[in-house]
Amino acid sequence: MTDHTEHRLAVIGAGVMGTNITALATGHGVPVVLVDVDDEKLAAARLTVRQKLKHAQLMGVLPDGRGRGELVTTTTLADIAGATTVIEAVTEVTEVKHKVLTEVGGLVAPGTLLISNTSCIPVDEMATWVPRGEELVGVHFMNPAYLIKMVEVIRGSGTGDATMERVTELLSALGREGLVVHDAPGFVINRLLHPLINRAAMLVQEGVASAEVVDGLLEGCLGHSTGPLRTADLIGVDNLVDSLVVLHERTGDPECAPCDLMLQLVRDGHHGRKTGRGFFDYRKAAE
Amino acid sequence: MTTVNPAADPKAVEAQLLAFLTERIKAPVEPADDLFRAGLVSSMFAMQLVVHLEDTYDIEIVGPELTLDHFRSVEAMTALVLRLSGKNDG
Repeated sequence: MTDHTEHRLAVIGAGVMGTNITALATGHGVPVVLVDVDDEKLAAARLTVRQKLKHAQLMGVLPDGRGRGELVTTTTLADIAGATTVIEAVTEVTEVKHKVLTEVGGLVAPGTLLISNTSCIPVDEMATWVPRGEELVGVHFMNPAYLIKMVEVIRGSGTGDATMERVTELLSALGREGLVVHDAPGFVINRLLHPLINRAAMLVQEGVASAEVVDGLLEGCLGHSTGPLRTADLIGVDNLVDSLVVLHERTGDPECAPCDLMLQLVRDGHHGRKTGRGFFDYRKAAE
Repeated sequence: MTTVNPAADPKAVEAQLLAFLTERIKAPVEPADDLFRAGLVSSMFAMQLVVHLEDTYDIEIVGPELTLDHFRSVEAMTALVLRLSGKNDG
């Protein structure tokens, strides 16, 4: 395992995954510069990261004897310049990722590891947006990133050997274990998971079963620890719809066209746990 | 008029926690039940328990107190609340 003091992270995007990754890193003693577009969101993110660190400590998943990494929040993207690794964790919308990665590419020095926490957009597509595509690799952290040790590592066709070595070192310092896959829209996990969630939502929409019953069957009969619709609420229904659109555009797979129920939940502002309600109601309902 | 500290009475705290859990997990709970071993609560709900105790009893659960064993049963949570409220004189 590499020494955690060798790493300085910049995380772009203070949403669900940005704060997850920040909690994971600072909990492992790695300093983080967390960037987002407004101070209000960053203030909320500091509280969220603190709660996530408490959750990580509660579950006993932080390393003993290692102090917390410093957290700096900023709205100035140029503050990422001193980072050894930049992790992009912005919305899964092609135009947004394109803009952010283009700007990041112009700010960081050669040799800086570039990671996209992409859900579905292929790494090869994003590699064309940065000056040194060989330094870009996809790392699909799970949610919550500080609890789930396994991550999906996506090697683009142009990702260099040195980049793969460095991402392995970083993941080791963060106590994560990566399985490497080749590049494709949605990679392995989301190419399987997103259509499953979409189909589960369609079954609810068609009145075949309630959300409780769909999840209950997959949990009770197939051994899923969390059913597809609770998983959707954890990911964020809005994020899922964005990712499904990306998948549908790139694969043509009709199973990836977001169903009406998911679109309606997004329109109604029921985005899952983060808004208190999605397929399930978290304001008063059971776990 | 007398103000009663909600954390002053162990029986009251235990009853409040049992009521809270029964409502949330839709299953009967006994004070000594191991909530995690029985699969009654998830890792995500464990954190909600932390927030609930902090908000309800005006305590802060940090440092070595923040361990899953203190949330494993209603009895354990009651003891934690009393200890952090300074009400555990015995």
